[in-house]
Amino acid sequence: MALTMSALQRKFEKVNEIIEKYGKKKSSLIAILQEIQEEYRYLPEEILTYVATAMDLSPATVFGVATFYAQFSLEPKGKYIIRVCDGTACHVRGSMPVYNAIRKKVGLKGDRKTTDDLNFTVETVSCLGACGLAPVVTINDKVYGQMTPEAIELILDQLMKEEDGQ
Amino acid sequence: MGLKIDSKKALDAAKEKARQRMENETIRILICAGTGCVASGSLDIAAALKEATKDIKAEVTFIEDGCKSIAVKTSGCHGFCAMGPLVRIEPLGVLYTKVTVDDVEEIVETTIKKGEIIERLAYKHPVSGEIYPIEKEIPFYKNQTRIGLMNCGVIDPEDLEEYLARDGYQAIAKALTMSQQEVVDIIKASGLRGRGGGGFPTGLKWQFALDEEREQKYVICNGDEGDPGAFMDRSIMEGDPHKVIEGLMIAGYATGADTGYIYVRAEYPLAVKRLKKAISDAQAYGLLGENILGTDFSFKVIIKEGAGAFVCGEETALMASIEGERGMPRPKPPFPAQRGLWGCPTTINNVETLANVPNIILKGADWFRKLGTENSPGTKTFAITGDVANTGLIEVPMGLTLREVIYDVGGGIKDNKKFKAVQIGGPSGGCLTEEHLDLTLDFDSLSQVGAMIGSGGLVVMDEDTCIVEVARFFMEFTQNESCGKCVLCREGTKRMLEILQRIVDGKGELKDIEKLEDIASAVKDGSLCGLGKTAPNPVLTTLKYFRDEYIAHVVDKKCPAGICEALKVYGINADKCKGCSKCSRVCPVGAISGEIKKPFILDTEKCIKCGACVEACPFDAVEVV
Repeated sequence: MALTMSALQRKFEKVNEIIEKYGKKKSSLIAILQEIQEEYRYLPEEILTYVATAMDLSPATVFGVATFYAQFSLEPKGKYIIRVCDGTACHVRGSMPVYNAIRKKVGLKGDRKTTDDLNFTVETVSCLGACGLAPVVTINDKVYGQMTPEAIELILDQLMKEEDGQ
Repeated sequence: MGLKIDSKKALDAAKEKARQRMENETIRILICAGTGCVASGSLDIAAALKEATKDIKAEVTFIEDGCKSIAVKTSGCHGFCAMGPLVRIEPLGVLYTKVTVDDVEEIVETTIKKGEIIERLAYKHPVSGEIYPIEKEIPFYKNQTRIGLMNCGVIDPEDLEEYLARDGYQAIAKALTMSQQEVVDIIKASGLRGRGGGGFPTGLKWQFALDEEREQKYVICNGDEGDPGAFMDRSIMEGDPHKVIEGLMIAGYATGADTGYIYVRAEYPLAVKRLKKAISDAQAYGLLGENILGTDFSFKVIIKEGAGAFVCGEETALMASIEGERGMPRPKPPFPAQRGLWGCPTTINNVETLANVPNIILKGADWFRKLGTENSPGTKTFAITGDVANTGLIEVPMGLTLREVIYDVGGGIKDNKKFKAVQIGGPSGGCLTEEHLDLTLDFDSLSQVGAMIGSGGLVVMDEDTCIVEVARFFMEFTQNESCGKCVLCREGTKRMLEILQRIVDGKGELKDIEKLEDIASAVKDGSLCGLGKTAPNPVLTTLKYFRDEYIAHVVDKKCPAGICEALKVYGINADKCKGCSKCSRVCPVGAISGEIKKPFILDTEKCIKCGACVEACPFDAVEVV
C-alpha cells in the first residue's frame, strides 16, 4: 500500500511521541509496541522498521519481539475482535463448537482470521480467567459467558444488524 | 489526600481512623467486581444499589465523627463465580446470588430496611435443595480457610484506607523493626513454599538473594498467569492489590532490593488498573518511595505488562521479557538470585506466595505451620472449574483430599453425571482419576503420582469428556507456547501433537502409543525449562491412567466418550424416528434408507459422519451410538 509522504510523516509523529514517552531503552520496547498497536490496531511493517531505527536496535530484534508475543499482530485486525476462550474449562465445556459457529456466521474459511471487509477478526485465546462462566467469548472488550453456538449466533445477528444500520 | 504516613505511629493512627470510618457504616453492601461478575453485569447492580440507598438513613446514632451510614462498595472477587453476580450484605452476612438490576428494589426494601432475607436470591444447593442465605454457612465457603484471599470480596480494593483498617502495611512496619536476616528466618521457619508451581521454599530463595553482596538487587512479583483454567493470581491482584505490594516490599527489604517489578499479563486489564491505582495511592501516603515509615528503607514498584506468552511464567524468560527481549528462558545456574535482571541478584515470587507473606510476618511462623501439612504448610487457592456444580475460586488448607475439594467445596459433579477425571496444575500437570480421589492435595503427594499443584487449576471432567482429546488439547497449547529455543521441546511437542491428532482423527496405530511414550520421556528429560520438562505430563498421566481409552481409539476406532468427530458412529433411534425421510434426503452418500412413517435405518459402513442428518432431524432421532 503506497502511502503519501504526509501520511507517513503523520504516522511517525505519533510513533515518535510514544517512543519519547517511554524512552529509548530496550526494556521499553514491549510497552512501546503495545501502545503503537493500540493506536493502529496492528503493527504495520514500516512502523516496526522505523521503531528499530529510532531506538537504535536492529530490525531483527524488533521483529523478533513483535512476532514472539501472542498479543502482537502484524496483520490488520477487524473492527470487531471476537476472542473465544479456549482455556481448559472452556474447552471441556464446548468452546470449539462456539468458535466454529462464529466462523461460519461471519463467513471465515480455511486459515483466515479476519473477514475481507475488515469487520470481524475471530481468534482463540488461551485463558481469559473467567473460568466460572465457561465457555467465554469476548467481543472487543465485552465479555459474554456461558455461550452456546445458538446464543452467540443471536449476539452476532444483533451486531450485524447494527452494522448494516450504520 | 495530603496525609503522609511517615512513622509507625502515623500508620496506627490512620488504621484507627479507617477502622472507625468502617464501623460507622452500619450496613456494608459489597458487590463483586471480579472479572466474572462484571461480565454478568455487576457494575450496573452496584450503580443501582448506590442510587437506591443514597437517601436512606441507617439508624442514626451520633458519635464524634458524624452519623452512621450505608456503604455500597464494589469489591474484588468473592470466588463463587458460578453464582454471580454476587451481592454481600454486612453485618448480616447475607450473600445473594445471580442478582439482577431488577432485584435491587426488593433488596433495599426487604433486606436493607427491614433486615429480612429474600429466599429467592439465596444460594440453593443443587442436590439437597437446601437454601443457604448466610454466606459462611454455604458449603462452598464453609470448608475454606482464607489467608491469601482474606480481603478479596471483603474490602474495596481501590480504597487504601480499607486495607489499612484490616492491618494493612502493619507487616512491613513490623519487618522494618527487624534485621533482614530475622525476616528471612521467619519465612524460612514458616515453611512457605512457592505457590506458582515449583513449590520451592520461599525463605531459602530469599536467603540466596540476601547472601549476595551486591549493591543493586531486584524483586519481582510474577503475575503472569498463563495457565488455562487458573485465575487465582488475577483475583488476588484485582481484589487485594495492596497485599501484593506489601508482600513485595517485605521481600525487597529482606533481600536488600530497592526496586520491585510486578509482571502482569496484559490480558488482565482490571488487575493492571487496580495495581496502578494501589501503587499511586501508596506513594501518595508515603508508604512507597523514600524512607518508608521514617526508616532508611526506600522502595519503588514498577508494573510491567506482559504481551501474551505462557513461557514468561518461567522466571528466566520473565526476566528476559522485562528487559525487552523475546521471553526465552536461559539455563540455570546461574540462578536469578545470583544473576538475574540485568545481571543483578533478583528474587522472583508468585502473587499468591507474596500474598501470604504479610500474615506470616504479623502472626508468626508457628501460626502458619498450624495450617496445612508438615511439608506443605499453609493454604492453597485453587480455581475449580469444569463439570463441577460450584465453580469458582477457593482457598483450602493443604492436605485436604481431592474428594473433599471436589464434593464438599465444589458441590460434586454437575447434572448428576459421573466423575471421570480431574486435571490438576494446568497444561503441565496431570490427569487424575477416581482412584486418586482420596489423595491429599500437597506438593509432595501430587508429584508422587506424576501431577503437580502447579498454579492451582483444577478442571473437573465428567464422563462426557474424551481423555485423549484433552491430552491433545494440552499438547496443542504447550506446542503453541513453546518458545522454540531447545530442539526437544520445539520438535518433540510438535511430533507428539501430530500423533495425538492422528489418534483422535481415527488414524492412529498401536505403535503410535509407544512412540508417544518415547518422545514424551525424551522431552521431559531434555528440555531446558519448566515448560518443556512438564509438557509431557498430561500425556504421560493419561497414558498411565486411561490407557484403555487410547487403545479404544487406535484399535477399536471408537471414542468411548463419543466426542471425537472422526470416530463418531451415528445411528437412528427407532423409538424417536417418525419416518419423515428428512435425513435420507439430506444424506450426501445415500447411507439412510427406509419407508415413510416407519423408522429409517442408517448404514454405518456408508456413513461419512458429516452430521447433516443430525441437523435435519426434527425429532433428535439421529444419535451418536
